[in-house]
Amino acid sequence: MVSLMLPRLVDVSAASRRSASVTERNVAALRSVYWLLLVSGFVEPLLYLLSIGVGVGALIGDLTLPGGTVVSYAAFVAPAMLASSAMTGALAETTFNFFGKMKYMKLYDGVIATPVQPFEIALGELAWAMLRGSAYSAAFLVVMVAMDLTAPARALAAFPAAVLVGFAFGALGMAISTFMRSWQDFDLMSSAQFVLFLFSGTFVPAEAYPAVLRWLVEVTPLYRAVHLIRTLTVDTGGWSWLLDVLYLLVVLTIGLLIASRRMSQLLYK
Amino acid sequence: MAPPLIQARGLVKRFGDFTAVDGIDVEVGAGEAFGFLGPNGAGKSSTMRMVGCTSPPTGGELRILGMDPVRDGPAIRARLGVCPQLDNLDPELTVRENLTTYARYFGISRRVARARAVELLDFVQLSDRADSKVEPLSGGMKRRLTIARALVNEPEIVLLDEPTTGLDPQARHLVWERLFRLKQQGVTLVLTTHYMDEAEQLCDRLVVMDGGRIVAEGSPRALIEQHATREVVELRFAAESQEAFAGKLNALGERVEVLPDRVLVYVPDGDAAVAEVAALGLNPTNVLVRRSSLEDVFLHLTGRTLVD
Repeated sequence: MVSLMLPRLVDVSAASRRSASVTERNVAALRSVYWLLLVSGFVEPLLYLLSIGVGVGALIGDLTLPGGTVVSYAAFVAPAMLASSAMTGALAETTFNFFGKMKYMKLYDGVIATPVQPFEIALGELAWAMLRGSAYSAAFLVVMVAMDLTAPARALAAFPAAVLVGFAFGALGMAISTFMRSWQDFDLMSSAQFVLFLFSGTFVPAEAYPAVLRWLVEVTPLYRAVHLIRTLTVDTGGWSWLLDVLYLLVVLTIGLLIASRRMSQLLYK
Repeated sequence: MAPPLIQARGLVKRFGDFTAVDGIDVEVGAGEAFGFLGPNGAGKSSTMRMVGCTSPPTGGELRILGMDPVRDGPAIRARLGVCPQLDNLDPELTVRENLTTYARYFGISRRVARARAVELLDFVQLSDRADSKVEPLSGGMKRRLTIARALVNEPEIVLLDEPTTGLDPQARHLVWERLFRLKQQGVTLVLTTHYMDEAEQLCDRLVVMDGGRIVAEGSPRALIEQHATREVVELRFAAESQEAFAGKLNALGERVEVLPDRVLVYVPDGDAAVAEVAALGLNPTNVLVRRSSLEDVFLHLTGRTLVD
């Protein structure tokens, strides 16, 4: 039994070691200019929270969530901003940066000449995207607690959820990037991302939409992400968040499989 | 005899309808310096990529270090060093980081990676640029860095795809000298090149590829002896037609080739031939004696010679 299992275990440890080397490369490449980009990714959702959550929220008043909890509009918007910043942070890495590295820098052409395989590159890049996404999420949760928009214990529970959101979107973005032909294609993706950002129950509860539209909204990934994080940070809505977790795990798995499969096709010419 | 490190039988690579490599047989032994020569599109790079285990063969058999490149890719690549045709250095890292980061892809510890980077930068004479970014480096420096990077895992086989194309003479000679040292250390070298002089400098044995096939095989000396002469005399005459002079030159060399602007005479000894040209009373406006090149071998191999 041991002899049967051992090669497999060795494989897994070698694979994760190789994935880690890809992540490590990104740490080495981190430069001062890049820090500015990182900061902007944190500031953006914060500005939305202050302008719309707090600003527009003053005109709207309180909302009643599906679970029955009554919250301020800012508390309603904040988890959605967290979810979408986790999405944006992960996507920024796995779309623009990933595409640039693969197509223009030809970075992976050099990497595949080593023992590192496409699946491990995908995993390593995703892990890096998550380091970035997680930093945004943690910072934003601190802000939420400071503004009394959620409880510290809830924030702790929401953090792994935000990481999962990032992982799922990162994998999805990476899969999509492998189909991109040029930078122009990313305009389409940015538009799609913005539509998701506006309508995923972020600023308006999905329950407010007509039935058909509501169903449509509720199957989109950002809605599930918002729902998950909102449930954990402010609502008391039963176990339906487990469905969100499952959904995001499926997106993560499929995204990663497609991404590494496509990368194999593109790199092993 | 030890089993060959690289063994290909009927190796084929197709991209859609296009056949890049059309059934080649190659064997490379340990410690050998082996060359693939040929024009662009001959299938050299496709072959190199298959040997480097980054391009699955479409057909035929390929064994590298006794293993299957598709199934055992990572294990084989761990023991190979690859210097691709186009430098794909990491532009976001410094010269030194390019080496240390690459070493990490092989699972080499940080400490060893740092030590190797120092050694290799010294080996390719880039120590003074260690902390520079890659971008401002000259073509020759980038090439040397790519070669250093290919050595970071102390490979048993180093694959070099056109290692000196586009380099100035100084840079070329430095690269040759470093590759020669590697060869002396017992590293197996496999390289592709356009240049016969490069092949002569470095290769024990080589194959000439054209249209995806191997059209000739042997040592550089044997190939030149077989398909060209040692030297070529290029003669340019003032008259409109070079053709008129060709007839008189036929006896001079093994082969005479008439081009629109000059006549090439293939001879073992160029200077002697030039003396004979003068003795014949011919007055070329321009005389050039040079070593035979791949081009000459090629013209012969592909049958484009006009006068034989």
